[in-house]
Amino acid sequence: MIAEIGLFSLVLALLFAILLVAVPTWGLLVEKPRLINAARVYVCGQFLFVAISYCCLTACFLNDDFTVIYVLTNSSLTLPWFYKLCAVWGGHEGSMLLWVAILSVWMLAVNFFSRELERAIRIRVLVVLGALSVGFILFLLATSNPFLRQFQLLKSTGRDLNPLLQDPGFLFHPPMLYMGYVGFSVAFAFAIAALWLGRVEASWAKWTRPWTLAAWCCLTAGITLGSWWAYRELGWGGWWFWDPVENASFMPWLVGTALLHSLMVSEKRQQLMAWTLLLAISAFSLSLVGTFLVRSGVLTSVHAFAVDPSRGLYILIFLLVVIGGSLLLFAARAQTLQNQRRLAVVSRASALLLNSVFLGVAMLTVLMGTVYPLLIDGLGLGKLSVGAPYFNTVFIPLMIPVFILMGVGVHLHWQGDSPRRLFARLNKEIVLSFILPALLLMVLEKKINAGVYLGLVLAAWVLLSSARVFWTRVKQRGMRDIGPSFIGMVMAHCGMAVTMIGIAVSSGYGLQDDVKMAPGSHAMLAGYTIEFISESVLTGPNYHGSRARFLIHNAHHHAEIFPEKRIYDVGQMAMTDSAIDVTPFRDIYIALGEPLDDDAWSVRLYYKPFVRWIWGGGFLIVMGGLCALSHRRYYTHKKPLPSLEAPTL
Amino acid sequence: MKKNLWRMVPFLIFMVLALFFWRGLSLDPHEVPSAQVGKALPAFKLPTLESDKIFTPAVLRGHVVLLNVWASWCAACTEEQIFLMELAQKGVVIYGLDYKDHPNDAKAWLEEWGNPYRSIGSDRDGKVSIDLGVYGAPETFLIDKTGVIRYRHVGVLTKEIWAREFLMRIKHWEAQA
Amino acid sequence: MRLLFLSCMLLSLTGFANSMYPLDTPKQEAQFNYLLRELRCLVCQNQDLADSNAGLAKDLRQEVYELVKSGKSDNDIIAYLTARYGDFILFTPPLKAVTVVLWFGPLLFMVTGLLVFWKTCLKRSGDE
Repeated sequence: MIAEIGLFSLVLALLFAILLVAVPTWGLLVEKPRLINAARVYVCGQFLFVAISYCCLTACFLNDDFTVIYVLTNSSLTLPWFYKLCAVWGGHEGSMLLWVAILSVWMLAVNFFSRELERAIRIRVLVVLGALSVGFILFLLATSNPFLRQFQLLKSTGRDLNPLLQDPGFLFHPPMLYMGYVGFSVAFAFAIAALWLGRVEASWAKWTRPWTLAAWCCLTAGITLGSWWAYRELGWGGWWFWDPVENASFMPWLVGTALLHSLMVSEKRQQLMAWTLLLAISAFSLSLVGTFLVRSGVLTSVHAFAVDPSRGLYILIFLLVVIGGSLLLFAARAQTLQNQRRLAVVSRASALLLNSVFLGVAMLTVLMGTVYPLLIDGLGLGKLSVGAPYFNTVFIPLMIPVFILMGVGVHLHWQGDSPRRLFARLNKEIVLSFILPALLLMVLEKKINAGVYLGLVLAAWVLLSSARVFWTRVKQRGMRDIGPSFIGMVMAHCGMAVTMIGIAVSSGYGLQDDVKMAPGSHAMLAGYTIEFISESVLTGPNYHGSRARFLIHNAHHHAEIFPEKRIYDVGQMAMTDSAIDVTPFRDIYIALGEPLDDDAWSVRLYYKPFVRWIWGGGFLIVMGGLCALSHRRYYTHKKPLPSLEAPTL
Repeated sequence: MKKNLWRMVPFLIFMVLALFFWRGLSLDPHEVPSAQVGKALPAFKLPTLESDKIFTPAVLRGHVVLLNVWASWCAACTEEQIFLMELAQKGVVIYGLDYKDHPNDAKAWLEEWGNPYRSIGSDRDGKVSIDLGVYGAPETFLIDKTGVIRYRHVGVLTKEIWAREFLMRIKHWEAQA
Repeated sequence: MRLLFLSCMLLSLTGFANSMYPLDTPKQEAQFNYLLRELRCLVCQNQDLADSNAGLAKDLRQEVYELVKSGKSDNDIIAYLTARYGDFILFTPPLKAVTVVLWFGPLLFMVTGLLVFWKTCLKRSGDE
């Protein structure tokens, strides 16, 4: 019964979404304010029924209703209740419902927070979001219905949630990611609304910025969580694999970062409008392309959902309409939004443009690498693999100019600056960036590893440059008036540097060993003695297996950790639950491999220095973004500005 | 006017990408084409499962034959066994390569599921299979009269695949000297 | 190109040991670990041979181990495997006619990007 209510609610939500598109548009055409304002009601209606639908699906999981096929294939009687809550998004159908639910939440938020926004833009934004909702809900109902029933297997105990997903990381990672992906649809809608209207208000960038910032924070958090979770869960000690699905989340992030910076120029200087619009369209487009790649089966990935060509086709058509349509609209209308003011070559505005260029190049590089096997296969030229070694080789050099620019850009004046003056101001920082890491490495490691050194120089440069600009600002304005946007920027840039340090050091000085160990034996790693103390039988709520006890110690440190090998009862899938001894400056990571004869195991040991800094940096970036988001100006609005004609129309 | 053309670039890039996506929907990214097609069978010498004879490429010479890679632990192999028995009854010459298997288990499996093979080589450590580029059972190779590999199918051999991929190739290579 | 990778690997990933597959010299160990990272597991297709637990991955690790132990060069070992499994088994696509765009694409993008940047900065007012 609940499942049917859920399905029916979804249909009602679709109805409201259709009304949201049709009625206000008609109202705009015939200029009837009542019809136009009806948009608010429709947004609320859509949200209400999507929420009901989502709650119904959740209820089916909590009630163990295995007559619902989706519950049958993603849950089991013995699954702990909190994992049942997340199992709702464990498969394709449920995750699409989550996508629609999050979209409805963002729409409600836009509706609520945009009262002071000029109506012409506000309504168009909601209509565009409504159109997207129509597309997604139709997709759900037509090809991915989570409420389908089956009545053959009535005594089943459920096929269980994939054991890899039964981990706390799963509680947060997908919802955060979707908040980011879907959040970019708001910026997208703002861009389309502006193009539709044919003009861009002076305040357009100011309105778009907080939404973009919020979505970007969520996406950054989602990616960071995903990387951390993969490291903990997968047992290979890696934290980024350039898997197509990971790339699918990284590309919108790169463009989103470029968009964020470009919006700054558009807001403060009314320049680069067309470029900003294109970035806004691209960010969400890449979210959609990512969805296609992950759910259509055109690429091999460890993450891919169960694939179905009909779904792939539907998404592709959706892509053609949404992305193709918006890029055409851009091509047709964007030239009316060109600015007049010239961009001085050495200025903050141009530095931000250059930043967008670099990030755009990075995105294109990742995109090409990800789809290249498909391109080659499609042309009948054979089968290729493009894996992590390729991406590492081409991506790392691209980050060098980005980091250099990060340190330079914050010191430039908006209108124009001279390179010589800049160099004079920053020569101490430049020199220190080269010297400090060298000293550090010589003292601590007694040798300099070129790759690590380069990473540390770049990170030092950003940190020193940020410290310098912070100090200058404090001197200028005093501690009180620094401003949350500025602090946010400094935090986010420092976060990038921290992540860079983590990556450089853990890659450069990490150690790994595969050993055969039995209870009673020990191994040495990075100055630590690692002893395999004992092994015991393990029983969990829906798994059984072996639990090993390891002792890690040296002169200053003493810790016990318990790696496990689990076999999940349903499906008999074996899983390694690695154990990590965590300290801020290094991880010791132990994963049980295979049981060997006479009680021994093949054990993989990792020493990972500074690896936590990778996610610590990510956390810092998110904090920086949230800090910037807390600026008062996003929450207090004056009356809508009189329609300032944007330069040249 | 020129500005307009530049603005079309993102749209054009996307359309090209979409074209490949559409094409990609009908391709299988997991499928690995054989690097051995067109090459002669690698030299090997294996014990046979059924007798003391030796299994070498020479055994397969003279006819257009199938070499079927299978194992008793391979669940999917049971699916194609019925079809292989049909083919054997129709006169198709099939040889077997028992992949990483225990001879006793293999013999028991054949008792249960049927034996369409003229002879079966026992590749216990899988080295010969690596030389053939095998990456999972079941696989079926089509080999011509001179011992050159002409086609490889990965996965269960079904009527449709037989009709679509094997029949015309067999006809072609039968006609050769 | 491979020499570049190997040197990058030696520069950046200094500490791989594999007591399950003992080798005589550090250079051989580095070579072994480098190759395992470069080769794709064909069963679990998004893992490399170092990480995969599939049966085929174990067999291929053994093959690579024996080849490294017998003193074969990177090129020899890669040729041995691609002769059997094709280019698909390599995670880094070799530089051939077909992959020229892949390898030089990023450079092309960067040059184009810088051109766009330059053009945007040099636009004069009133000029469309």
